[in-house]
Amino acid sequence: MFEKIWEAHVVHEELGKPSLIYIDRHLVHEVTSPQAFEGLRLAGRKVRRPDLTFATMDHNVPTTRRFLPIEDPISAQQMGTLSRNCKEFGITLFDLNSPLQGIVHVIGPELGITQPGMTLVCGDSHTSTHGAFGTLAFGVGTSEVEHVLATQCLLQDRPKTFLIQVNGKRPYGVEAKDIILSIIGQIGTGGGAGSVIEYAGDTIRELSMEERMTVCNMSIEGGARAGMIAPDKKTFAYLKGRQYSPVDFERAVETWKELASDSGAHFDRTLNIDAASLAPQVTWGTNPGQVVPVDSRVPSPVDFSDPNARKSAERALEYMALKAGTPITDIPIERVFIGSCTNSRVEDLRRVAQFIKGKHVSPKVYAMVVPGSQQVKRTAEKEGLDHLFREAGFDWRESGCSMCLGMNPDILKPGERCASTSNRNFEGRQGKGGRTHLVSPLMAAAAAIEGHFVDVRQYKLN
Amino acid sequence: MKPFTKLRGIVTLLDLPDVDTDQIIPKQFLKRIERTGFGQFLFYDWRFVDRNQLNPNFEMNQSRYRGAEILVTRSNFGCGSSREHAPWALLDYGFKSIVAPSFADIFYNNCFKNGMLPVQLMEEQVEEIFRRVRRTPGFQLHVDLERKRISSDDGLDFSFEVDEFRRYCLLNGLDDIGLTLEHEGKIRQYETRRSEASER
Repeated sequence: MFEKIWEAHVVHEELGKPSLIYIDRHLVHEVTSPQAFEGLRLAGRKVRRPDLTFATMDHNVPTTRRFLPIEDPISAQQMGTLSRNCKEFGITLFDLNSPLQGIVHVIGPELGITQPGMTLVCGDSHTSTHGAFGTLAFGVGTSEVEHVLATQCLLQDRPKTFLIQVNGKRPYGVEAKDIILSIIGQIGTGGGAGSVIEYAGDTIRELSMEERMTVCNMSIEGGARAGMIAPDKKTFAYLKGRQYSPVDFERAVETWKELASDSGAHFDRTLNIDAASLAPQVTWGTNPGQVVPVDSRVPSPVDFSDPNARKSAERALEYMALKAGTPITDIPIERVFIGSCTNSRVEDLRRVAQFIKGKHVSPKVYAMVVPGSQQVKRTAEKEGLDHLFREAGFDWRESGCSMCLGMNPDILKPGERCASTSNRNFEGRQGKGGRTHLVSPLMAAAAAIEGHFVDVRQYKLN
Repeated sequence: MKPFTKLRGIVTLLDLPDVDTDQIIPKQFLKRIERTGFGQFLFYDWRFVDRNQLNPNFEMNQSRYRGAEILVTRSNFGCGSSREHAPWALLDYGFKSIVAPSFADIFYNNCFKNGMLPVQLMEEQVEEIFRRVRRTPGFQLHVDLERKRISSDDGLDFSFEVDEFRRYCLLNGLDDIGLTLEHEGKIRQYETRRSEASER
């Protein structure tokens, strides 16, 4: 699949040089774009294809009342800069007041901007999310944002291919998030470096589109350039009738059907995962590869034979204030964050709302739900999910990246411990001194209710 | 972009694997709309105890490393977010080259776009540099991109690999966009071909 898309996008190739590949869709947000637009202006260049470029504001938008002026003047300046740049260069922008605003990786698919067989880039590492549609999608830096704005192309070395097959029946309580966390646990945070991962197998086929996005989203956490899943009936059904979906949809589907990898396709590396053996996952350290099943214990540095891994573990345990040997289910939680481009779509919210019905957030916990987009928020509200969340003691917010990276006011205080459905547990990611445990939405919800981690497989549904 | 050919500079150490871009430049400093001025916030949460006080336990803060232009660190440096603010901060602080056993892809790529050379050496070679730097205050390395060698006055001499095209661009300080625009004709042809195919 990767090869087919790559070949179809090569504009120019020369021996010993990276290929020049065409980019079909470019998504832009407020944090990694100002310097790129400034570069264009200084060089007197235009945006080559404003019609293929879409922008939104997500990283530092407040998730509280939208009608108030933004308190942080520097955030406000960054958002104002994006508005001015989009206006000057003729780019469609879903700004703070747009009913279509949301996290860039939520709205791309939601609006049908993301389509199978396309190349798509964004100045954000979680662009791998869009690979769930059989799209070759990857994150780029600001210089490359400028490059794509100016030329609609990118210079790229051909990556290696990595096939990860997941087969078997997923037990109750094991979510898409647990699949990808356990993959990262196995390959490590640098394990996918230089590669594009294709996820395949029965278990992947059975995932919904939103679950597939969760899996592809965290490909970068395994170091991969991109993650992809071959498009199928579910993909086509998802895209049908979306705002930017192709006009001649049936014809598009016919071409999309050709994308799947041929049987016997060669991959540089393969890995097989048995879904039936998976348990819900919890990260204990300060990178997403430092992860264990919920029914185990915090590991000890001496468990690691590699000296670097040992040193990392020592440091992580100190930062996380955890003692080796502590059962994961004994770790107390003070904050819960349900949101981010990994887990903030309406299915995530539905599953959690169903799960918490009739229960209440522990008095020791502050829990918030941040929908991925305004559309997700409206859908959830139409279904009354917001009431369920509020009744159960969750705070219900406006859409944005929020506490996944804490560029807006949603941050942890030093020492606070958080069960988070986001994608990075780096030191200080959610606030200086904050301690992040990455988990699935169900695991986060259960931790919110009990005030510590629980094994959702054994948790009684009402 | 400024060309990079040769560099002779003081080496400083960051003895941790998997250093992510959130550590290199924490998110609260990503709100500037310029490419400059990020150096003061480099490794902020590690370098400073509070706003005005340097953390004495952070190795890079020792006076022997003052003026360092080469950072030597461990594997998977620059993982995580795609923020180019990370190389901007390193560059603005004074680093011109970073040496490690491996780098995260996006970060590695971002370095070249800013005239900074990431050098990938073997784990043992990096270890050897660590040993010598700790032993010798003011230890310097020579990084020679033309010859693809990294060496020291006390006899270290390693060769390193770097993609030929990237090396060429860095040696000549070439701007990628300018190079791509030389293929304007091909880009236009591609677009025409694609739009014809979709109308067929």
